[in-house]
Amino acid sequence: MTTQPLLDASGVAKNYGAVAALRNASLSVLPGEVHALMGANGAGKSTLVKILTGAVKPSAGRVLIRGETRAIHSPAEARRAGLVPVYQEPSLIPDLDVAANLRLTDTPLEPFMNWVRELGVPDLDIRDTARDIPLAVQRILDLARALAVEPDVVLLDEMTAALPANLAERVLDVVRRQSQTGRSVIFISHRFVEISALCDRATVLRDGATVGVVDIAPGVEEQIVELMLGAKIEKQRASVRKSDAVEAASAGTTRLAVRNLRVGTKLNDVSFELRNGEVAGLIALEGQGQDELFGALSGSVRPSGGTIEVDGQTLQFSHPKDAIGHGIAYVPGDRSEALLMQRSVRENIALPFSARFGRWGPINMRQEQARVVSAIQRLQIDTRAQREVQRLSGGNQQKVTIARWIAADARTILCFDPTRGIDVGTKQEIYKLLRELAGQGKSVLFYTSELEEVQLVCDRAIVIFGGRVVDVLPVEIADEAALTRAAYGLPRGAQQDVGILADVSHGSVSAL
Amino acid sequence: MSEVATLAPPVPLGRRIKRFMSDYPLVPLIILLILLVLLLQVLRPGIVNERWIANTVKFAIPLAILAGCQTMTMLTGGIDLSVSTVATMAAFIMASQAVAYDPSVAIVIALVPAVLIGLVNGIGVGIFRVHPLIMTLGTSLVGAGCLQVYQRTVIASGTKIPDFLTWLGTGVTYGFPNALVLFVPLAALIIFILNRTGFGRLLYAVGDNEKATRLSGVLYAQVIIALYVFSSLLAGIAGLLYVGLIKAPSSLSLADPLMLPSVAAAVVGGTSIFGGRGGYTGTIIGALILTVLTTLLTILQMPEGARRILFGAIVLLVTAAYLRIVEDR
Amino acid sequence: MTRFLRRQGWVAGLFVLFVALLIVTKLIQPGYGTGDFGSLVRAVLPYAFAVAAQTVVVIAGGIDLSVAAMMAVTSVTAAAMMNGASEEYALLVVPFVLLMGLALGALNGILIIVTRVPDIVVTLATLFVLQGVALLILEAPGGAAAEWLKATIVGTIPIPGSPEGIAAWVPKALVLLIVCLCIVWIPLRRSKLGLSIYAIGSSELAAFRSGVPVARTKIVAYALAGLFSAMGGLSLTMSTGIGAPIPGPYLLASVAAVVLGGVVLGGGKGGLLGPIVAVFVLRLVRTDLTLLAVDPNVTSIIEGAIMVVVVMFGAFIAMRGRQS
Repeated sequence: MTTQPLLDASGVAKNYGAVAALRNASLSVLPGEVHALMGANGAGKSTLVKILTGAVKPSAGRVLIRGETRAIHSPAEARRAGLVPVYQEPSLIPDLDVAANLRLTDTPLEPFMNWVRELGVPDLDIRDTARDIPLAVQRILDLARALAVEPDVVLLDEMTAALPANLAERVLDVVRRQSQTGRSVIFISHRFVEISALCDRATVLRDGATVGVVDIAPGVEEQIVELMLGAKIEKQRASVRKSDAVEAASAGTTRLAVRNLRVGTKLNDVSFELRNGEVAGLIALEGQGQDELFGALSGSVRPSGGTIEVDGQTLQFSHPKDAIGHGIAYVPGDRSEALLMQRSVRENIALPFSARFGRWGPINMRQEQARVVSAIQRLQIDTRAQREVQRLSGGNQQKVTIARWIAADARTILCFDPTRGIDVGTKQEIYKLLRELAGQGKSVLFYTSELEEVQLVCDRAIVIFGGRVVDVLPVEIADEAALTRAAYGLPRGAQQDVGILADVSHGSVSAL
Repeated sequence: MSEVATLAPPVPLGRRIKRFMSDYPLVPLIILLILLVLLLQVLRPGIVNERWIANTVKFAIPLAILAGCQTMTMLTGGIDLSVSTVATMAAFIMASQAVAYDPSVAIVIALVPAVLIGLVNGIGVGIFRVHPLIMTLGTSLVGAGCLQVYQRTVIASGTKIPDFLTWLGTGVTYGFPNALVLFVPLAALIIFILNRTGFGRLLYAVGDNEKATRLSGVLYAQVIIALYVFSSLLAGIAGLLYVGLIKAPSSLSLADPLMLPSVAAAVVGGTSIFGGRGGYTGTIIGALILTVLTTLLTILQMPEGARRILFGAIVLLVTAAYLRIVEDR
Repeated sequence: MTRFLRRQGWVAGLFVLFVALLIVTKLIQPGYGTGDFGSLVRAVLPYAFAVAAQTVVVIAGGIDLSVAAMMAVTSVTAAAMMNGASEEYALLVVPFVLLMGLALGALNGILIIVTRVPDIVVTLATLFVLQGVALLILEAPGGAAAEWLKATIVGTIPIPGSPEGIAAWVPKALVLLIVCLCIVWIPLRRSKLGLSIYAIGSSELAAFRSGVPVARTKIVAYALAGLFSAMGGLSLTMSTGIGAPIPGPYLLASVAAVVLGGVVLGGGKGGLLGPIVAVFVLRLVRTDLTLLAVDPNVTSIIEGAIMVVVVMFGAFIAMRGRQS
């Protein structure tokens, strides 16, 4: 029995000048299917999405919808063809209220409100300005808007990325039910757990071409990773070669001590220590105060209570430059916050050198070159597109943000979700680097939303819930299950299964 | 049956030229300048001689200095619309003070309001985050008003242009305008600042991504205040030079005609108005292009109206073409 | 209720300021009456239209430096056409000139889209071009205006059904201004087109993804600016009786009043009322200063200083709002 695919894209190519973002991509989605689209950064996923949703015109290729060739040149046309995307960034107009946003896109009000309630947001006031609505809720509204027009194909781009677990669950629930009504879903995500819980098949892109279409079954993860990378990857704890590990004399001493820190409304009372020579993981569900904590430690935000001690000295930061002056560096999760996109790799890495007023004078070019080159080599940054950082791949861009602080000899690095949206290969390199730094006696505070990373990189895991530290787990017992339990505020040793890690009671696919 | 997309064919000559021009953005500008000069020669044979070149350079220099202010502020995503007022103020105050005092003292006195205006601009933009367009517009208004009041108080004493400035502005030695004595080191300084100093790097950085600079320890207000003070200082110097050239010391709108062309010169020269991209060498060529263009239009003996139309059209065309060449999208 | 106040607070403040200034004016010159108010409105008319033009474009996220030049062109075109022509001919001239403004504005928009050059540069170039065109049409101030046209803004309209004393206070010029602005703005505000204009000013990317035809909307915004500028040019010819090819100081004032009127230069926020009231406030300040026999040069210092201080104040408040 052959079912005609709802969406059938083949031979899709896109050239930007001489650079081929897509060479030969194809995607075929059956009716009622949840179809994952996977690939490393730079593989062409976002370009394919843009083509399918009418944001960009393809250089070649054919898109069939229900067997008919359609040329989709704009988001409006894509909508008419029944294909509706939900992007990573919210697409509500920030300065208009929700009602105006709905009117702008001709979205029927009642279905929209039904979906909003269905997705777990009970008390939405449509006269609220979009800008004032929390990011996670905005994403839900985007999804509700998409579903309210009853599309044939919904395209979800990293839908659960910025959602707290409870909303994420609802979304996945809704997605599952969509497929049961004959609607198709294209699901883009880096999270294998979700994909195996939700999807029927997966298309894998590599270097701008489709390299495989696999059925989702237990154990398929290895195959997918192989397809994405073109090689086997060993997921093991990134270890530093013993002979190279430098036992710094200061290892083990307390570098940062946070006591009863209170920042904003979300961080209430946090105390912990960060020692030299360790990588400490920070785990928290969305919105538990981790942004505020990092903001305070990096000097961006002033705490409303409590103290921060650096090397035993109580300090007050009023600007990031204060923290930097004490060797504390912040690597934000969002690369666009940290990088000067139009400037070269060298300028980006050398930025902190010129920050202080005293360094505004002539630059010692040779010295700068030496420091920059050594940092580039250490991180193995692919510098073929040196002239403008925006031409680098996501993974390389992330490396540049870290390279900056390596070159500046920062003693403490605060990494906020540094591996978000990064391909597996680069992730491994970053893990290795962080362990090296620890080996040299530096300290790293590493916040991640991907729990399996903790055991690969960290020495211990500090878990925050409700704005407080609820547990500190040594790495040996800090597996995903234990961390998730702690992240929900459950005491250690509780036996309940929680959330999307639970053995799925609806649907037939069991979680990894 | 899906079609296999073809890889990009070997890079054709046209594309390679375009890529070359994108990597070396000065080249298309210089070519344009040469084309304009050639056009001039064709329309009025014999006009392009040593004297004409010296004259063009003389008139281009004050414009180039003011365009330098625009370049630096535009790099940070800003603009300085107070430059013509500051220039006029410096010229007039110097001229009126030179009657009673030594020229060098008069010059120093004249530059004080420039620094003050730059300071106010910098504080408004850097600390209060007022949009630079509005801030500099406002200070320009206030400055113009103050100048008029000041004029009433010194109207009796008259004005005088020190010989030194006349020599600088109008004089020519061995075929080279004397203004080059001032301009060459000044231009070299600006280029050096932009390319080789921490401060210059920060200008580009702040214009590209201010949040990122904050996370790297940069104090935005510090950089901006220094920038606008420097810009106003440059504008003041431009005014002093300009009055030596035009010799109309009592004019209260002396540098006003240079205001919009200064912005145009920076844009034509490749500086992005959004910030983070550009440089002074392009601006200098842009100023030359605009000055030659003005001569061209005068030669054609068109009515004033037609000249303005052409000027505007050409600025637009050049910028559009330049963008198309440089941004390979 | 608080939401309404928060959104309209700035405009409300401006209104209060305006009324306060009116009171001050009456105090300075007790004889200040309807005739004077009428001349105030007539003087404000071109500024008001200029600021309306700028407001539309700024809300759409852009800026239009050619506003004053466009006013000059439409003004001289009208004056030249009506020169020596019959009174009835003016009935043709008015719609013609308005259409001309619409077309010129649309041209701005089209150039911005097609050349991908930033709007500030395109409208700068257009400024020069339009200046040139105006000079070609009329080398020096001249031309004429139909009598009935001039009469539209002179005098007052009695309001039916109200006592004698109050009726006289509605100058015809004010009525004309309100009617012209409302005819365009009110249907626009609530329509999808109006929402689209706010949308592209707020976030062009989000607008694009929401299916808004960004290019078309931008062109319409600039076309509307052209329309308002044409109204401004016409009002110039109506009040002076001639056309002047050199643009007046309307550009500066338009940008300043937009900001003073609470419209954010980034776009997406604000309305038409705020800047219009701001223009009246500025004019009234100038009038008061003149009545107080202050040196006219000091007046411009004060105007500039007001602009700077108000804008710094507004930015300061915005900063505090963001921090909380």
